[in-house]
Amino acid sequence: MQLNREDLLRAYRTMRIIRDFEERLHVEFATGEIPGFVHLYAGEEASAVGVCMHLGDKDHIASTHRGHGHCIAKGCDVSGMMNEIYGRKAGLCGGKGGSMHIADISKGMLGANGIVGGGPPLICGAALTAKVLKTGGVAIAFLGDGASNQGTTLESYNLASIWKLPAVFVVEDNGYAESTAASYAVAGTQSDRAKGFGMPAQVVDGFDFFAVHEAAGAAIERARAGEGPSLIHVQLSRYYGHFEGDGMTYRGAGEVDRLRNDRDCLKRFRSKVTEAALLDASELDSIDHAVAEQIDTSVRNAKSAPPPTEADLLTDVYVAY
Amino acid sequence: MSKKSFRQAINEALRQEMRRDPRVVLMGEDVAGGAGAAGEDDAWGGVLGVTKGLVGEFGRERVLDTPLSESAYIGAAAGAAATGLRPVAELMFVDFMGVCFDQIFNQAAKFRYMFGGHAVTPMVIRMMYGAGFRAASQHSQCLYPIFTHIPGLKVVIPSSAYEAKGLLIQAIRDDDPVIFMENKVLYDQEEEVPDESYTIPFGEANLTREGSDVTIVGIGRMVQIANAAADTLARQGISCTVIDPRTTSPLDTGSILDSVEETGRLVIVDEASPRCNMATDISALVAQEAFGALRAPIRMVCPPHVPVPFAPNLEDLYVPDAARVEAAVRAVMQHAGKQGARA
Repeated sequence: MQLNREDLLRAYRTMRIIRDFEERLHVEFATGEIPGFVHLYAGEEASAVGVCMHLGDKDHIASTHRGHGHCIAKGCDVSGMMNEIYGRKAGLCGGKGGSMHIADISKGMLGANGIVGGGPPLICGAALTAKVLKTGGVAIAFLGDGASNQGTTLESYNLASIWKLPAVFVVEDNGYAESTAASYAVAGTQSDRAKGFGMPAQVVDGFDFFAVHEAAGAAIERARAGEGPSLIHVQLSRYYGHFEGDGMTYRGAGEVDRLRNDRDCLKRFRSKVTEAALLDASELDSIDHAVAEQIDTSVRNAKSAPPPTEADLLTDVYVAY
Repeated sequence: MSKKSFRQAINEALRQEMRRDPRVVLMGEDVAGGAGAAGEDDAWGGVLGVTKGLVGEFGRERVLDTPLSESAYIGAAAGAAATGLRPVAELMFVDFMGVCFDQIFNQAAKFRYMFGGHAVTPMVIRMMYGAGFRAASQHSQCLYPIFTHIPGLKVVIPSSAYEAKGLLIQAIRDDDPVIFMENKVLYDQEEEVPDESYTIPFGEANLTREGSDVTIVGIGRMVQIANAAADTLARQGISCTVIDPRTTSPLDTGSILDSVEETGRLVIVDEASPRCNMATDISALVAQEAFGALRAPIRMVCPPHVPVPFAPNLEDLYVPDAARVEAAVRAVMQHAGKQGARA
């Protein structure tokens, strides 16, 4: 897929929304106003956006506990998400899911997931639906290096391969499963694992939007053409802890600062498109301002929005019971 | 109407629903059988032949043999259901839930609530349960209390061929995730079953015997044990109502309470392990809601709290039988409580 001006602006805007959303949650979580667990995606934006730029509403994704970026990239409403994270009735899930379960099935977003490795089998099912009903859709499982060690993931590689499903497994390897390094916990390589199941694999730099976009384009095109599943090993990092409140004592001194200074996906995107004169710095600046305002409004609204009512406790368990 | 086995009734329900709705697909280990092998196609039709013949009519795109990979295909059924298919997955033995339970209770069961009522997950998971096949500890359990415990799941336990067909058609048309439990001892048992399609609603108990002295609630195959006991006791002048709840979630609490209000005595027959099973659940319900009506302590007829044994003599001792139900009924009849037994 060739990226025109509109695509580039959209890619930058979406990555910027994710970054500001997460940076702001980092600040707001510290005030104690946000209930529960929050896992931030800041630093990994190029992956969600590079993949989801290829997708439409008939395509499905399954996400992880670190799901805000995937939601935004797949088109979930940002205010609805912020309300959900604050546990408000106006949230995308009526305040019943929270950060770990944000979903919008009408957008093809099958949910963040509180269970590591929960998503890949679901994506086999979404891909089976696309195949049986001939929708032309594809299904993408985002999973982390931690989930890559779950049996559900490896079983899904096998099932997707033998059924030749229109699926793509995007392994977002941020180097840590909670505090445990992937270099310790993952035997072999992600791409060799894919090859063991007869799937093609690509390894990409997850700080480079263009690299992710190109790799995802090839994998998704292959899936749409009925040629079966494949895997993308996205090498990236997160700027914050496993969850908010994680002191990250397991990370090396200066590790995150170096990543932010030298490899950041937004900075890199900006230099690339301005140096090539594809976009003006001023256009990107105005996106930055508009996004900052959008996030600010969404937080302000969420803080004052009403919670679910007592009656909501008992609804939405069954379609009918 | 013709005589059909429990197995044929289930097969017919699947066939009729697959004809009616192209979104219904089957998946499971050996549901057709022989996939990729040199020999006969449709070699098994399920490990006990329940889905035999369906691949011939509907093809391998809708009758999907899976690898031995329950986590992947039960999860795939959930994902397919949430995106537009109506899958019927066969888990084979309920005992195998242990390798895929996350996909059932954390994923499928919770989508609707977690996603604020925006998800619809119309899937059925069929599985065999129950002792009596000399199949030992890992192929004989009941385990339906565990599913019943989970909000978001419906749990169906048919007690005969007629019940199985109507309840399975209802399960396939239902928009929520349904656990459909088939007692393997019943597969060859025959009774009159209509040829045409019909549904039996969930949450509506069936009174298989009506009497005034004792209420007996049976679960699944235990309804038949309860019926046999009730027939013997009737000849001895003790008249029992037998209630088949049909579904443990939703549970028709009204029918149970109404009957206990009339009889004042309750015996529950449940093949599941005795702690936190349907017998304890129904006992708690009646103790809380109909305590004043009780004329004797509630009796639970259940197996002992041990794994299902292999040796035939031990397995026969394990499973509740009609004699134990009769003894429990006599005990509640003879109880000299504050109101005493009727003469």
